Amino acid sequence: MAKKHRIEISFDECKGCGRCLLACPKKLLAMGKEINKQGYTAVEVAEPTNCIGCGACFYQCPEPGAITIYEIVED
Amino acid sequence: MSMEKVKFGRSKVFFDPFNRRPGPIKKNMHYCPGCGHGILHKLIAEAIEHYGIQQDVAFIAPVGCAVFAYYYFNTGAISVPHGRAPAVGTGVGRANPEKFVISYQGDGDLAAIGFNEFIQAANRGEKMTIFFVNNTNYGMTGGQMAPTTLPGQKTTTTPFGRNPLTEGYPINVSSLINTLTSPVYIERVALTSTARIAAAKKAVYKGIENLRDRKGFSFIEVLAPCPINLRMTTEQLNDFIENKMTEFFPIGCVRDRSAETAVGELPPATIHEPAEVMAKLFPLRQEGGVADDFRNDSEIFNRELRIRMSGFGGQGILSLGHNFANMARLRNFNVSWMPSYGPEQRGGAASCAVILSRGVISNPMVDNNCDLLIALTQMALDKFGHQLSDNGILIYDRSAMSKPEVKGNQKVFGLDALAIANSVGNPKCANSVILGALAVILKKYAPLTEGDAADYDKVYREALTESFGSKPKVLEQNFAAFEAGKAAMAAEL
Repeated sequence: MAKKHRIEISFDECKGCGRCLLACPKKLLAMGKEINKQGYTAVEVAEPTNCIGCGACFYQCPEPGAITIYEIVED
Repeated sequence: MSMEKVKFGRSKVFFDPFNRRPGPIKKNMHYCPGCGHGILHKLIAEAIEHYGIQQDVAFIAPVGCAVFAYYYFNTGAISVPHGRAPAVGTGVGRANPEKFVISYQGDGDLAAIGFNEFIQAANRGEKMTIFFVNNTNYGMTGGQMAPTTLPGQKTTTTPFGRNPLTEGYPINVSSLINTLTSPVYIERVALTSTARIAAAKKAVYKGIENLRDRKGFSFIEVLAPCPINLRMTTEQLNDFIENKMTEFFPIGCVRDRSAETAVGELPPATIHEPAEVMAKLFPLRQEGGVADDFRNDSEIFNRELRIRMSGFGGQGILSLGHNFANMARLRNFNVSWMPSYGPEQRGGAASCAVILSRGVISNPMVDNNCDLLIALTQMALDKFGHQLSDNGILIYDRSAMSKPEVKGNQKVFGLDALAIANSVGNPKCANSVILGALAVILKKYAPLTEGDAADYDKVYREALTESFGSKPKVLEQNFAAFEAGKAAMAAEL
């Protein structure tokens, strides 16, 4: 069975450059509506369930911790 | 039950939070949205973590957007002046050979102001890895033209576009250093698509691996997006880098000698003991000198003696003064020797001022009250003749000029120094001829005591041996010239 993953975007760490949107092969991400405390429109995870954990968005992101991808380990 | 573990997340090589960064934002870097620096920082941090060298990295970032890298990297870090990172890195690496030097530079920094430091470090094959961020403009200062700006590209300093006829073409740094022998690894990567970033990651890993294995100089050029200064969206930037920049900066490996380069040993310490250096530079060729309390007893030595020697370059004027000063030094005088000459090694005017004193010499210049003037050319005499005191001694080269006028109690002696030197087989010995003649003159007119006159000959040999001890033939010729000079002057008097 394929491993499951979860992507988490830190709302206040995102600068809204949008590099991750373009990179995501599953197009799971979308530009949000709200402005964060740095003054940027942050990206949000539109479809949280289908992340394949490829890391494309993580490596496109210029911020060290704005994107974190978790692997879900079933017991 | 299910558990979550981080697959991709903040590297442990970054501080968390960024406490060194002033202001309220402690989780983010200062870079503009979409900047390539952040992407590259993450790759480097990950590679440092992967190879386990965090504790020993010296991360050097010069002035430029990345000057605050020390806010972020939890490694050793130095911010240095614009362009000087490879020079500082050389110093850090050589003084601390167990450390790993990373230099992180932009295109204005590396390819313009710091190009010399960079290319010399590359040529020496310093054990460092350089990350070169090429975004075709000066980012930090507001998007001026850089050496890497493309032809036709508009910047704030090329508002009509870079014109190759007046501003030249982009400098292809990776190709340039590929002409050098020393670099081990040179690759150009781009931060555009996921595949390009994956390739960049591989290159960064190799650069850090080479660093860990001390293989030598690794250079990774990174074509990086600068969305704000180039006024482009991410799509436009990807297109610009992939289609415009690569025309001048083709992506790919330029050189990789990592595999055939042996894992480096720590270089031997290159710092020498001061005594060792002194012995190498100034070998002691004989035990000259006298006891510390020795004093020549002639009356004349109780006051400061001011001497000017002059002629044209190549006559040995400076050596003459140097030898005489050395003779005095070997007899416990304080001496100064102040040469003055043009840029040419032969010809032109040369002179030197020598002062010997039992007291402190407060000024090494001789411009009046000269006790002894040696002039080997008419030009020298015209220039310095007026400096001779009324009781001074003048020695001139008879073959070069007619007998000068005498003022007051001045004593004037002519000598065919060059002809005599030729007669002993070496025209370069003319200064020894003069020192020989001087022995006779000083004995009679200074005057020197019998003991000091004998000591003059002895100290002359000591001083010459110090200078030419390793060349017995030269020493022999000089001794002969000295005796010939003495004989010639004795015959005159």
